Amino acid sequence: MTSSIPIATTIAPSLATEGATVELIGVVKDYGSHRALNSIDLKIKPGEFIALLGPSGCGKTTALRALSGLELVNGGQILIDGVDVAAVPTNKRDIGMVFQSYSLFPHMTSLENVEFGLRMRKVPAADRRARALEALDMVGLGTFAERFAHQLSGGQQQRVALARALVTRPRVLLLDEPLSALDAKVRVSLRDEIRRIQTELGITTVFVTHDQEEALAVADRVAVMKDGVIEQIGTPEELYTTPATPFVADFVGLSNRVSAELSGGKVVVYGKKLDLLGEPMHDGPVTAYIRPEDVAIEGKGIPATVVASSFLGSLRRTQVVLDDGSLLSIQHDVDTRPQPGDAVFLRLKGAPVSAVPRTVNAPVAEVAVP
Amino acid sequence: MRLGTEPTALTRWIILGVVGIIFAIPIIALLQFSFRDGLGGGYTLDHWTGLFGEDAARTYRGLFQAIGNSVVLAIVTVAIVLVILLPTMILVHLQFPKFKRVLEFICIVPITVPAIVLVVGLAPVYSIVVKIFGSGAWTLAFAYGITVLPYAYRAIQSNLDAVPVVTLSEAARSLGANWLTVLGRVLLPNLRRGVLAAAFISVAVVLGEFTIASLLNRVNLQTALLQVGQSDPWVAAIFALLALTFAFVLLLLIGRLARNRSDS
Amino acid sequence: MTVANAPALTSTGAGASPRRQSRSGFAKYLGLTPFAAYVVLFLAIPTVLAVTTGFFTEDGAFTLDNVAGIFAPNVLATFGSSFWVSAVTAVVGAVIGALVCYALLGTRAEGALRTVIDSLSSVLAQFGGVMLAFAFIATIGNQGLITVFLKGIGIDIFANGYWLYQLPGLIPVYIYFQVPLMIITFMPALQGLKATWAEANATLGGTPFTYWTRIAIPVLAPSFIGSLLLLFANAFSSYATAAALISQGAQIVPLQIRSALVSETVLGRENMAGALALGMIVVMVIVMWGYSVLQSRTSRWQR
Repeated sequence: MTSSIPIATTIAPSLATEGATVELIGVVKDYGSHRALNSIDLKIKPGEFIALLGPSGCGKTTALRALSGLELVNGGQILIDGVDVAAVPTNKRDIGMVFQSYSLFPHMTSLENVEFGLRMRKVPAADRRARALEALDMVGLGTFAERFAHQLSGGQQQRVALARALVTRPRVLLLDEPLSALDAKVRVSLRDEIRRIQTELGITTVFVTHDQEEALAVADRVAVMKDGVIEQIGTPEELYTTPATPFVADFVGLSNRVSAELSGGKVVVYGKKLDLLGEPMHDGPVTAYIRPEDVAIEGKGIPATVVASSFLGSLRRTQVVLDDGSLLSIQHDVDTRPQPGDAVFLRLKGAPVSAVPRTVNAPVAEVAVP
Repeated sequence: MRLGTEPTALTRWIILGVVGIIFAIPIIALLQFSFRDGLGGGYTLDHWTGLFGEDAARTYRGLFQAIGNSVVLAIVTVAIVLVILLPTMILVHLQFPKFKRVLEFICIVPITVPAIVLVVGLAPVYSIVVKIFGSGAWTLAFAYGITVLPYAYRAIQSNLDAVPVVTLSEAARSLGANWLTVLGRVLLPNLRRGVLAAAFISVAVVLGEFTIASLLNRVNLQTALLQVGQSDPWVAAIFALLALTFAFVLLLLIGRLARNRSDS
Repeated sequence: MTVANAPALTSTGAGASPRRQSRSGFAKYLGLTPFAAYVVLFLAIPTVLAVTTGFFTEDGAFTLDNVAGIFAPNVLATFGSSFWVSAVTAVVGAVIGALVCYALLGTRAEGALRTVIDSLSSVLAQFGGVMLAFAFIATIGNQGLITVFLKGIGIDIFANGYWLYQLPGLIPVYIYFQVPLMIITFMPALQGLKATWAEANATLGGTPFTYWTRIAIPVLAPSFIGSLLLLFANAFSSYATAAALISQGAQIVPLQIRSALVSETVLGRENMAGALALGMIVVMVIVMWGYSVLQSRTSRWQR
């Protein structure tokens, strides 16, 4: 159980697929009176890597389990390669699934675990073993074939689970928060490896996570979900720079929430006019979401006093307090080293912002908690 | 369900129903027996009402005394658990974590050394006990404290494992508490569930104990039941039922204690 | 933050404020002495006595006669009977108990059904002895409920002798407390079957049949056999029920010990009891060792 993860260099040619199209049309799921999925529409292209991102209870895991057949839906269609599989039981849907934890069969070796799906498909023994070993090689665990789950680290277990899911060449790969139970460092390297394998094999993949950094790092497109609804689907860059709703603006990346006025369709913040992202709104008081990197520390501009400054390796994040008492978080390069108590000046760089109507009694400005 | 992990409702109720009925029959038979009017057939309440009659105290004196013995035994046994076992478990948990395995082993030994074996070696020990404490039945509690060790240990230990005892006592100490305060105000309130469970189980075990009492020639509830059963089987049946019911209620309460804790 | 860094206010605690670093090596073990003394007096010494008296005559001379007496045909037959009764009731109890545990899968752990069955099982498994004997006499004794009922439809269950008060009579009563013990012991293992295993089985193309035959039963096997061993040990060491049903005679080892201890006719039988106790302990240690090995295998898998 070493901490460095061996990089697998072999592609497993027997595992490559053409990637299936996956479509959710108007999918509805109720648990009693609670609507977990509220008419979800999602179209996934062949070979695409889609992340379902959102806080607990948003429905992302429910959507994934509906795709897998482990949950039955109350309405809508689930199409794989154009065929509605909503009535097809899980074991006939030809999917591969990786669970959050504890999914390896404890009484079987890694090899036997990986062979299991092939055994279910009545693949003859020699063929089975060869393909399973190939899959284990692909995830860098070829020499661990005889190990049992309790002899593997968390990261290694998930890699075996991945090999097990892929060895049968499923049409779709489903991952239910596969990294959430792992250490931070393992999480980062394993997600890159998952992405690399997925790209080489070309398999359509749906990845559920609550960690927005993780989703942005690995996915082709990300669907941000809240309360059973998809708020926005787009590339990571689209979500970050042009969030469609304030929830997305808040959930993805860090934001300062600042009191402002919407006037003439423009957001007026500290005397500066900024374009509005998302749906047009009536003029009036609003809360604007300003990214820390959209504020600069310069020689002249809005006066502020430094409260604290954190060194984060490749950048700095500085908290300042303005004359009206509001707090802002600013992200800048490491060469500027503000000290607590310093007087500085701020300039808004002018990027467009999201905004949401504000009641006048709301707090003046707050730094969003990451 | 569709995964096949759970039985269908039909399967469940067939299995539980059949087993349940078969297991209910002896208890029902015992109950029915207590209403029987001698060997002649017919039913009567006399056996039950006789317990409250004027003669009851005299006729059943031996039995009531035996019940008294068992009550005393239960109390002393629980006292042993609370005064000797509990502090030791807390001490080991806090100060001697390396001894935890040893303690666990010791508390499991009574399962491997059953009462019938233990009693062979207890006879000589008790000849000395009698010289010091007299020959009252209550001295059996010393042996009973050993027989309940596995149950009491498990009950208290699962509570100890669930509560961050070491962290709590370190926090209390850093805030200025002495050990007595830590024990009384911080630890014991959090161990209430396990301690009560251990106490209740100990009571149930003591009430049902027969082997040691019988072979050391003492009188307790069970030995008295066996003896009464030969002359008045109906009363024996009644008290057997009462004892079983009482133990059942005790254990239900333990279960409810556990539930309340997890809800709070 | 350790105890040693606690502010000075705490050092005036009620006399014994054990701080790990400052106590002399010997004094800090003082707190363990009450328990240690108690266990030595009432567990260690009796056990040693029980195991070793078999090697001495009543005059105190060392002898192997008592131990050799275990291999006398009638005593060996007693051991054989004990094994037979324990094995039969363990197997039947294990199977029925496992079925009940299976039937309880999917019920709420805190629900009424489970708590009642848990408590009932605890009572019947551990505390029944004499009282269960009464219950069975009331059921299938001479005037028992079922006996009379069956007589009414023409079946005399005691046509070949009053077996309830002999060795075979132990079997139904033992099963009656073996099944609840199985329920108590085996239920955690069944509960430990993870939902993800069944789900993984489904996503890999398996059926409920493959789940049970390839995953659940193999994973449960060590625990099942371990519980079976525990049931065996439980029956083997039971005394109260047999004593209540069989007033005379020594058909099983615990009864043999009884007759050795209470015998008024033959002197020196206590030492014989010691030899029998030794024999019992040997069996118990072997069985319980097997049980603990299987338990550790189970807990390793169901981390």
